[in-house]
Amino acid sequence: MNQESLLSIFINASLINNFVLAYFLGICPFLGVSGKMETATKMGGAVTFVLIISSMCAFGLHSLLEAIGAPYLQLISYIVVIASTVQLVEMFIKKVSPALFNALGIFLPLITTNCCILALALFQTNKGYNIVQCLVYAIAAGIGFTLALVLMAGVREHLNLAEPPNVVKGTVLTLMIAGILALSFMGFAGLGSS
Amino acid sequence: MSIQTNNKVNDGFFAKLASSPSTDEYIKGLWRENPVFVQVLGMCPTLAVSNTAMNGMAMGIATTFVLLMSNILIASLRNVIPKEVRIASYLLIIATFVTMTDYAIQAISVELSKALGAFIALIVVNCQILGRAEAFASKNTVWKSIMDALGMGSGFILALLCLGTVRELLGSGSIFGIPVFPDSFQEWVIMILPPGGFFTLAMWLMIFNARKQRKETS
Repeated sequence: MNQESLLSIFINASLINNFVLAYFLGICPFLGVSGKMETATKMGGAVTFVLIISSMCAFGLHSLLEAIGAPYLQLISYIVVIASTVQLVEMFIKKVSPALFNALGIFLPLITTNCCILALALFQTNKGYNIVQCLVYAIAAGIGFTLALVLMAGVREHLNLAEPPNVVKGTVLTLMIAGILALSFMGFAGLGSS
Repeated sequence: MSIQTNNKVNDGFFAKLASSPSTDEYIKGLWRENPVFVQVLGMCPTLAVSNTAMNGMAMGIATTFVLLMSNILIASLRNVIPKEVRIASYLLIIATFVTMTDYAIQAISVELSKALGAFIALIVVNCQILGRAEAFASKNTVWKSIMDALGMGSGFILALLCLGTVRELLGSGSIFGIPVFPDSFQEWVIMILPPGGFFTLAMWLMIFNARKQRKETS
């Protein structure tokens, strides 16, 4: 069992080893939906939600696979669980709050192929976290993802008023901003000496 | 959508020329529709494991293997898989091959498996593979899907090598682990850290953009 303190896990996953800016996970939605502040926050919320649920499912699944002695089924069962979790969450939100469902739109099904969800399930298994640590890890990862997305959206909204040269318009400019954000997040590295 | 229409045009064009359409499928993936530089897909592994040329190459080969095998299987099962559950079936097929690759790499080289870490397992959620399955393999013959997978795979390896060599050269002063600069060379450590990945990819995309724009204006 891993004895890491909950605070250390939280700071590590949300700031120092930010899933987007240090591990390059979930780059596709990071580049795709960071154009507007509103969609960025909603996407962040949806991903955090799915992260928490799939993290809990993965924890249970891992114990089950350990019990029956089939670790090679790990990847296959995780991806099936994540895909069905997303489907269930989608159906649940549609039933409970149609307004929220409409607001999230296409982003919900796309979360299945967001690599930070599967990565979180794999990392927590590798690190041997217990269920409370897993929960904190998932929440912190979600907050880190939302933070990166919101920061990016803020910068890009301001950049709409600027006139960059033609060659850097679009993805290139977004990647450059991401690089600068990653640079500034490296400044957090000293925080995590637990 | 654009990929489909492209295929139709090319098929007609090449039939007239009595040339081989399968070569065209290959070149398409390698250059014209390069998964990284043109389609901007599969960014996560591209950025994460391209800190050395060797890592990039290994990742590229692993991805190509999974792409090839899943394309073959999906193309041969395309009339059997029901439409409603196709995405889930594709994910299962891809996950099976990724598990195989993961275990194979662990058996071949522990060092490499440590360097690539969880990113081998994360090939499952590489949108490029699911994208090819959905856009190409589910609608085309096995032979064509093989050529498509090889083309896209080579394009991916090419892109990873482009990124990996630049980052390794500037970040550690070597290529494939062989030092090329004299000892007096001050390494740009930032290039092998995460920000370097973003900057290098931005630079390559900028070169591609500049080339495209020059072509359009002339």
